[in-house]
Amino acid sequence: MRNKTLRLGLLSLALALVTSFALVGCGKGGSTNAGGDTSTIIVGTTQDIDSMDPATAESAATREILFNVYDGLVKPDTEGNLQPAVASDWTISPDGSVYSFTLREGVKFHDGTDVTAEDVKYSIERYRDSKTGGSLVSAFEAVDHVDIVDDTHVDVVLSEPNTDFLAYFMIGITPAHVDDLDANPVGCGPYRYVSRSPLENVVLEKFDDYWDPEGAAHIQNVIFKITTNTDSIGMELSGGSIDLFYRLPETQLDQVSNDFTIYEGTMNLVQALYLNNSVKPFDDVRVRQALAYAIDPQQIMDYVSGGKGVPVGSSMYPAFEKYFMPELSDTYAQNLDKARELLAEAGYKDGFTFTIQVSSAHPQHIETCEVIKEQLAAIGVTANIQEIEWNSWLSDVYTGRNFEATVVGLDASALNAPSMLSRFTSTAGNNFINFSSSAYDDTYAKAYAATDEAEKTELYKQCEQILADECASVYIQDLPSFVALNKRFTGYEFYPLYAQNIATIRPAE
Amino acid sequence: MRYILKKIASTLITLLVVSVVLFMSFQLISGDPATRMLGTSATPERLEALRAELGLDKPLIIQYLSWLQAFVRGDLGTSYVYKQSVAGLLATKVPVTLWLAGISFVLMCALALPAGVYTAKHAGSPTDRVLMVANQVIMAIPPFFSGILISWLFGMVLRLFSPGGFVSYERSFWGFVGYLVFPAIAIALPRAAQVAKLLRGSILEEAGKNYTRTAYSRGNTTSGVLYGHVLKNAFLPVLTFLGMSLANMLAGSLVVERVFGIPGISTTLLSSIGNRDYPVVLAIVMWIAVVIIVINLIVDILYRVLDPRIAEEG
Amino acid sequence: MKDLVARMRARIKQLPHPNLFCAGALITAAIVLMVVVGLFYMPYGPTVMSPDRMQGISLQHLMGTDKMGRDVLSRVMYGSRITLLVALGTMIIGAGTGVLVGAITGYYGGIADEIVMRVMDVLFAFPNVLLALIFVSLFGSGTFKVMWALGISFIPSFARVVRSEYIRCKHLDYIKNARLQGVGNLRVIFVHILPNVSGVLLSNLLIGFNNAVLAEAALSFLGIGSQPPFASLGQMIAEAQAIFFRVPSAVLGPGFVVVLIVLGFSLMGEGIRGTSEGLE
Repeated sequence: MRNKTLRLGLLSLALALVTSFALVGCGKGGSTNAGGDTSTIIVGTTQDIDSMDPATAESAATREILFNVYDGLVKPDTEGNLQPAVASDWTISPDGSVYSFTLREGVKFHDGTDVTAEDVKYSIERYRDSKTGGSLVSAFEAVDHVDIVDDTHVDVVLSEPNTDFLAYFMIGITPAHVDDLDANPVGCGPYRYVSRSPLENVVLEKFDDYWDPEGAAHIQNVIFKITTNTDSIGMELSGGSIDLFYRLPETQLDQVSNDFTIYEGTMNLVQALYLNNSVKPFDDVRVRQALAYAIDPQQIMDYVSGGKGVPVGSSMYPAFEKYFMPELSDTYAQNLDKARELLAEAGYKDGFTFTIQVSSAHPQHIETCEVIKEQLAAIGVTANIQEIEWNSWLSDVYTGRNFEATVVGLDASALNAPSMLSRFTSTAGNNFINFSSSAYDDTYAKAYAATDEAEKTELYKQCEQILADECASVYIQDLPSFVALNKRFTGYEFYPLYAQNIATIRPAE
Repeated sequence: MRYILKKIASTLITLLVVSVVLFMSFQLISGDPATRMLGTSATPERLEALRAELGLDKPLIIQYLSWLQAFVRGDLGTSYVYKQSVAGLLATKVPVTLWLAGISFVLMCALALPAGVYTAKHAGSPTDRVLMVANQVIMAIPPFFSGILISWLFGMVLRLFSPGGFVSYERSFWGFVGYLVFPAIAIALPRAAQVAKLLRGSILEEAGKNYTRTAYSRGNTTSGVLYGHVLKNAFLPVLTFLGMSLANMLAGSLVVERVFGIPGISTTLLSSIGNRDYPVVLAIVMWIAVVIIVINLIVDILYRVLDPRIAEEG
Repeated sequence: MKDLVARMRARIKQLPHPNLFCAGALITAAIVLMVVVGLFYMPYGPTVMSPDRMQGISLQHLMGTDKMGRDVLSRVMYGSRITLLVALGTMIIGAGTGVLVGAITGYYGGIADEIVMRVMDVLFAFPNVLLALIFVSLFGSGTFKVMWALGISFIPSFARVVRSEYIRCKHLDYIKNARLQGVGNLRVIFVHILPNVSGVLLSNLLIGFNNAVLAEAALSFLGIGSQPPFASLGQMIAEAQAIFFRVPSAVLGPGFVVVLIVLGFSLMGEGIRGTSEGLE
């Protein structure tokens, strides 16, 4: 009796083994699109999204996704020019204080309702009142009020005139009747939100009633897959579980099979060793400069990305052709003697020790830290590297300003100079490095208020010059960006800011 | 019966102690949840209001009791980061780990039990020697290392699955199970080696005992003796280890979930610790504690059923 | 000297499995040799970068170079040092405290024993890595903090074993006699009973050391522990995944070293204990 039971037990176990392998045979594990299915594209992203609400979305990785869901009054093209979107036309008063928009007719939200003047007023006022919001939203504090002229005309009146404000209207227009956008995201972009699973994915699908037939999506389903293991992306691409990845480190290019097209561009950000200007010893400009003299960006680029990347010398990246000053990257050409001299002058003859906090989700930043550590050792400065989770980085370093130094890339939330420069005014809410210079504040205020285009550009460039001279941070580079797209698809386009426009991607054949 | 009741009571008390320790340590470390939820730029009034709303202005013991009350009702609180209920969050993560643990456990037993019986039966044979050496080596391979090798071998060379291509069971059940088989191998292998070794040793020990020799002398065949008498007794020491393995598997495999990109409770725990999302951490750790304690209880009871001798001691 | 060798040989021959023990000892000796040599000489500095990034195996770089041009062999030598140190520290903290807790609760018994052991039971059931992770979340990350976290997570396994030994021993006649003669409790605990426990303790130390190595490797694989540019073996494997196809040796090198460390100790343990004994 027992005998039989035991034999039966063993037999059933053996059976279980066989079936579990048989399962693999019939239902090939995991998701692969290798069969040539082009109705779904799986896009890899290394960070979990922080919010589905454009008002509170902070990280670039999140805004890249939201770009597909929310359309603003205007929309950037690949050249960086602003094109009509929800607004079909606009005029700006000569002094830059009143922006009058003509709303396009027939624009629909994802829930089927029409986009009305009320919604536009509601959206802009919500961004203005949202105090805890992201960097883009703080710009809306300059909005005095929004007037609804008639059903298709809206005037936005600024309290401080600014001829550069148009770019901020890229931010999504959202319906007045939806309360919690984080839980229930409704926009009017080419893709609509389907579902979200924390740490797993965000699923979008094509929005059939999109207002712009030319900008409409080609691919029915988009899955943004969260891949926290940044070191295995090459394998995941080659194995077929990701079709598109737009932040591929140079080191993993070799891991990617021939099934992929590699697009090469830059990430459109300013990577720097950001120093907290209000803590010792970084409150001393000589110390900051000493670090800058000791650090060689070219060597960082060599070790981190095989020499790719564009050196930057201030808070502006090359895609801003109008403002970018390549010569600033020569301000602190590597000079160890000079660095030691400056340290001695500042009273740190024997060097000092500090901690660089860096997000564990960004291998390139970590690697940059490792090179910096080696370079600083040459002048007797010890940099300890501390990896922290991205969310901790946001709350401790970025919001809490509780850090000594960090390596990160800052990007532009809108295509205008203030989005790269406003944060360094001494009172800015997102001035996380606590940079404080009255000369900078004055110049920035003048530039902001200027209405003459040439004068304005010139003043903004002066701001960049001050950041470089004061060595607000040790500016390094605009990182190279490698985009891997499965050859079943084509049409990836680089934008000069955070946008990842999935709507331009289409099946290859 | 009395024993079981006593055991359950002591289990409940243990859980209570664990929950007090965990709750207190996370409360002390995590600081003020209100500041975490509202950000550092929030006004003092709003912070105060939220604290009152969350009951944080009350003494710690009251806070604990109300947490316990909610916990028993199944209300695990709200995640600071995802701003959704912890129960809702875990409802999508726990099944993943359950399935992974289940498949791993079945695989482990399927590999280990035949191997253990076979090597015991043929103890000293060349196959036995080879298998025992292989066992030692397999036990020494950390799961993340075997995980990488499995990804490479089955994923990249044999193309049986796509590394990182986890699909949720809602989207495709067979794709889900088919994917989990490979991480399950990484989890099951070292444990299977241990079980096989344990079982072999246990069988050999039983086989050396008097009653076995008696059975032989009565003219029983080797197989008959092995299955009939030895195996049942030999299985007892293995049972504890099987129970412990199952508990560990249900607690989630941190490294294997990472290597294979599986959004189970370990991944959630790891990222919640990083995010200092303590309601989620607390809930997951409590879940693990419950699983472990309940399985230990079941193993205990099974032991009694299979081997009445123990009843006298306890 | 000769005498010592002869005696050692005799001792080893008495072991249940002298061959297994010798194989294990050889492997362990090789690893220890590598770490000791690393204290004085490494082919390159473990953090020194070079433009020769992601090179395969060559005479200059026996395990190739990593994504920043650092010599993998040198990093393995350095990383094994971290791994072994953490495992050693873990054992000292875990076994030390575990023995203390187990001895006292086992010897005195009572309500305190009941409560402490209930908690120990639960902690014991948690996987070490998970437990250490929870402690790390309370203390913060870093090589030494991980050592403490792992050390604490190993306390229960020692406390349980030592406690049951003490419960067994305290009823032995000679202990009872000692107490009747008025020997102090502490003296009984540490002088009279502890030597009796050492055999069980030794085999648990060998198993525990292995588990500590595996737990440390797992934690560092998850990015918890030593901070860049220094890496213990687990972190090296995690990072080298990114260049697995180009430089397989950057994954396989540190991976095999972990396997060898664990294998060496477990074979030695096998040799001492004999296969028929249970594992845990």
